[in-house]
Amino acid sequence: MTPPRLELSGIRKQYPAVLANDDVHLRVLPGQIHAVLGENGAGKSTLMKIIYGAVQPDAGSMQWNGQAVQVKSPAAARQLGISMVYQHFSLFETLTVAENVWLGLERSIKLAQVAARIGEVAHAYGLEVDARRPVHTLSVGEKQRVEIVRALLTDPQLLILDEPTSVLTPQAVEKLFVTLRRLAEGGTSILYISHKLDEIRALCHHCTVLRGGRVTGEVDPTRESNASLSRLMIGAEPAALRARADTQGAEVLVVKGLSLPRQDPFGVDLVDIGFAVRAGEIVGIAGVSGNGQQELMAALSGEDPRAPVGSVMLQGRDVGRQRPARRRRAGLHFVPEERLGRGAVPTLSLAQNTLLTRTGSLGIGGWIAPRRLRSLAVKLIERFQVKSGGPDAAARSLSGGNLQKFIVGREIDARPRLLIVAQPTWGVDVGAAALIRGELLALRDAGCALLVVSEELDELFELSDRLLVIAKGRISPSVPVAEATVERIGEWMSGLFPGGTAPTPPLPEPAERAHA
Amino acid sequence: MEPLALLVAATLNAGTVLAIAGLGLLINERAGIVNLGAEGIMLVAAIAGFATAVHSGSDLLAFAAGAAAGALLAAAFGWLVIWLNTNQYATGLALALFGVGFSAFVGLSYTQATLGQRARFVLPWLSDLPFVGVALFRQHPMVYAAMALAALIAWFLYRTRSGLVLRAVGESPESAHALGFPVRRIRLAAVCAGGALCGLAGAYLSVVYSPLWMEGMVAGKGWIALALTTFSTWRPARVLLGAYLFGGVTMLQFHLQGQGVDVSSHLLSMLPYLATIVVLVLISRNAAFIKANMPASIGKPFHPGA
Amino acid sequence: MLRLEPRPQPSRALSLLSPLLALAVTVAVGVLLFALLGKDPLRALQMFFVEPVKSLYALSELSVKATPLVLIALGLALCFRANVWNIGAEGQFVLGAIAAGWVALQAGPEPAWLGRGIVIAILVAGVLGGMLWAAIVALLRERFNANEILVSLMLVYVAILLLSYLVYGPWKDPKGYNFPQTIVFDAVTKLPRLAPRLRANVGSLIALLCVAATWVFMFRLYRGFALQVGGLAPLAARYAGFSAGGALWTSLLISGGLAGLAGAIETIGPLGQLTPHVPVGYGFAAIIVAFVGRLHPVGIVFSAVLMSMFYIGGELAQSRMGLPKALTGVFQGLLLFALLACDTLIHYRVRFGADRFAR
Repeated sequence: MTPPRLELSGIRKQYPAVLANDDVHLRVLPGQIHAVLGENGAGKSTLMKIIYGAVQPDAGSMQWNGQAVQVKSPAAARQLGISMVYQHFSLFETLTVAENVWLGLERSIKLAQVAARIGEVAHAYGLEVDARRPVHTLSVGEKQRVEIVRALLTDPQLLILDEPTSVLTPQAVEKLFVTLRRLAEGGTSILYISHKLDEIRALCHHCTVLRGGRVTGEVDPTRESNASLSRLMIGAEPAALRARADTQGAEVLVVKGLSLPRQDPFGVDLVDIGFAVRAGEIVGIAGVSGNGQQELMAALSGEDPRAPVGSVMLQGRDVGRQRPARRRRAGLHFVPEERLGRGAVPTLSLAQNTLLTRTGSLGIGGWIAPRRLRSLAVKLIERFQVKSGGPDAAARSLSGGNLQKFIVGREIDARPRLLIVAQPTWGVDVGAAALIRGELLALRDAGCALLVVSEELDELFELSDRLLVIAKGRISPSVPVAEATVERIGEWMSGLFPGGTAPTPPLPEPAERAHA
Repeated sequence: MEPLALLVAATLNAGTVLAIAGLGLLINERAGIVNLGAEGIMLVAAIAGFATAVHSGSDLLAFAAGAAAGALLAAAFGWLVIWLNTNQYATGLALALFGVGFSAFVGLSYTQATLGQRARFVLPWLSDLPFVGVALFRQHPMVYAAMALAALIAWFLYRTRSGLVLRAVGESPESAHALGFPVRRIRLAAVCAGGALCGLAGAYLSVVYSPLWMEGMVAGKGWIALALTTFSTWRPARVLLGAYLFGGVTMLQFHLQGQGVDVSSHLLSMLPYLATIVVLVLISRNAAFIKANMPASIGKPFHPGA
Repeated sequence: MLRLEPRPQPSRALSLLSPLLALAVTVAVGVLLFALLGKDPLRALQMFFVEPVKSLYALSELSVKATPLVLIALGLALCFRANVWNIGAEGQFVLGAIAAGWVALQAGPEPAWLGRGIVIAILVAGVLGGMLWAAIVALLRERFNANEILVSLMLVYVAILLLSYLVYGPWKDPKGYNFPQTIVFDAVTKLPRLAPRLRANVGSLIALLCVAATWVFMFRLYRGFALQVGGLAPLAARYAGFSAGGALWTSLLISGGLAGLAGAIETIGPLGQLTPHVPVGYGFAAIIVAFVGRLHPVGIVFSAVLMSMFYIGGELAQSRMGLPKALTGVFQGLLLFALLACDTLIHYRVRFGADRFAR
């Protein structure tokens, strides 16, 4: 009997604040697509880093094709035949695709040969990519293809993919799955890290579930339901959809004709964006990252005050050219997608961080009263169950989920008329995510208008009353969530809506066309 | 004709110090590290080179001493900035201030010293050519070395894998680390190479260009060399061009004084510094252009394993 | 194998201890240097640490040296906290001196309507002169994105040359035997002294006032808070709506003004005239003072006193022991280096042994 490709037993890894991996075992067979399922903070990343040699375990053993091994570094892992495609790409924007791939390979091969091999591999697996293009000109999906091609060129026996579909449209996800199945048929083992139940059930042969650093189950996902997987993953069933409130009020935010040339050479132009948000409703904006969300958020929050006159109206007032502080005074509050460094200053205390957006306690001339800052922070900590070292704790000492609760809470507590939230639960643990979503829904029920931008379709379907899609800087028509389907939203995410643009040069796919 | 040819020759000579230092700083910055201590390094190397020349009589040894001093100081800077992750700007400033004080201290006994008669270098047949002969072919070998250096660095950066790796590290040390490259060691190598070149420039200044030692004799050339890297958008050939441009401005100032132009020598001496400001303004105006060309990780700390 | 391991929280204790540690390292190297130069280390240490504080006269000398350092360092602390790297304080100091000198030159022996009030006019002129020089830096950075480090530095050389031009040329004292110097300013312009036979002057009181004002600005005013957020997390500052341009101009104008004020105080205080030797490097030493003082107004007072002890100690060591004055510069540079190295201990723990945690 052939030995398993990879076998981990008794893996243990302790960090100062948390036991990331506790007696973890994993067994991957040759040619198997093996899922590692778990919520944020379950220990998946740590386990992958151990396999890939970026981190050493405190205890436990690893067997590769039946032989005991110790993977001391990423280079050693590559030597064994383990290749990893990261969630956050390790690409060099100003270099070409060929140069990027070359850097991921051993020295001996020449650049010209690399370009040729890229062509071969890309064609073999349907991952078309032009080796001569500089990486910064590629879309996010194309960049991921470069990462995969780079990994494949090392002829891996084990390919690790870390949350690969967070940057893909549903259609692109399908294409990726075709590639992965082909690879597995060829004998390559695949470790597929994800928290998306539907994908795992559709793609993977086997699944190891992690929760709190321990293995809670090893199952065949094709025989499981979302409910049973969810129980293994978070110890409970997925939350039922909340009943929708029917009360909707006047329009609070009206965006019309918002066109904005990009400021960043690597950014996206906004083209004729128009939509409205009413009081008592949540409008969700879906879209693959890199399609103009950042630029739109900046234009709405006031960080980019260049909007054309009349294009951003808040309760009848033109705020398009106003700075953030004035928009806040008018009732527009914003939670940005980056917590540390934008939503909060990492080295300042929670009390001091309230001053970023809550200036009600300031005295004449802008006099700061530290006592009042602290009491506001304490109030937020209590109301939103923020686990912290108190109001004087530095923002960066909080976990992601707790800091997010604090920041979201800070804005909710300001009783806004319009709350804009970008990526509300990205990188946040299950409990915090549930609390945040609950608070957003409660805010809506209290009559606030909400705009939520997220890359997680599930979350948008759960929260929104209406959905929009942003693609290539343009916005789709809106659709009530009850009438929206994942397929339609997926198409729209590729730009295929009235008023949108098709994606960059469509590639010849005769097989797909025949199906349609 | 003759004065113009001499002016060109003097410009090339004057630009050589800036060129070599600028190329060294370019290597630094391509790896993502800004070394504000260039002025201090050049001063310490200048006195190191001068002292070596006084005691050994060998220019070559003096250059080696200067380069070694520069590499050593840069290594100390590199250790602080790369391994201890201290703020690059503050640490560079500390190096500059230290270099000013240290070189003054060490150079105390050398202020009266002189080097022997400086050799004249003349290329045999080429130097007899009309105009070009005087302008180009009667230079110290280091002048030609600077040009060769620029070509070498350009070849290294754009045509070798190691150069590609360096550029990659400068753009995104995190990605390079993820790919398994020894980012910190590569950066240290770049910093030391840069320091050695700055040191070489300093030694050339005190041993050949104006063969004497005076406290603070680098007179801001280290800072101008830093401006050069931005001005050249981090390309070796343009560093050379910029260096000669500044050399020209410096020469212009002497030329004007020599012609008896009725402006105070103090005001004329401002020219190189004002020119630097003007050049900085012109080149920095287009922020997007700079951003697209600048090694993205300049000035930012790198934490492996973060 | 020595390893650095990040601390979960920065250590407050080491934040205060680090400058002392750095001082200890500097002293240790100093003792080594003294021994190498064949001088008695203990006596040399006495020159640096005991002599400058042992009498009222000595303390008064200390205050004269410390005043410009405090003033300039306060402004630099603001700038550095805002991530604006104003390295050209020396030039702003010189411009303040020039502006102050110009007003002082207008005073004559006959009593004028301004009388002693001219001192105020001179100080104001100094502030404006320094602000003007710093404003150039701010303008070029805001409009043209020009790096403030290089522009402010180039302007230092320009300022010094401008001073030379003036004292060798138009402002030269016609009865000065052709020495490059202005006339000694009329007695009415003299900065009032704190006590009859001491050189300490009201400049020190002004400096202390500025310390208090800076503290209030940094820690109790929203404007100051916004400035620092801009330096700590520019994206958060943008998110909050703090103007980057505002922070740039505020920090540069304040530090230029303070440096100019220091220049004015020097000119009508200890100096009494303008010479090419007005710039003595206070603008650069103040950079060290600011960092060693942890960019904090109270810390700056202490570090300015320390730096003044280095200056005075250096002069005493030269005159009484034959040690070169250039040693002062070496110690100053060394102190900053040591401080930067010791500062890592605030964020990292030193550990012996093999790597147990993530590389």
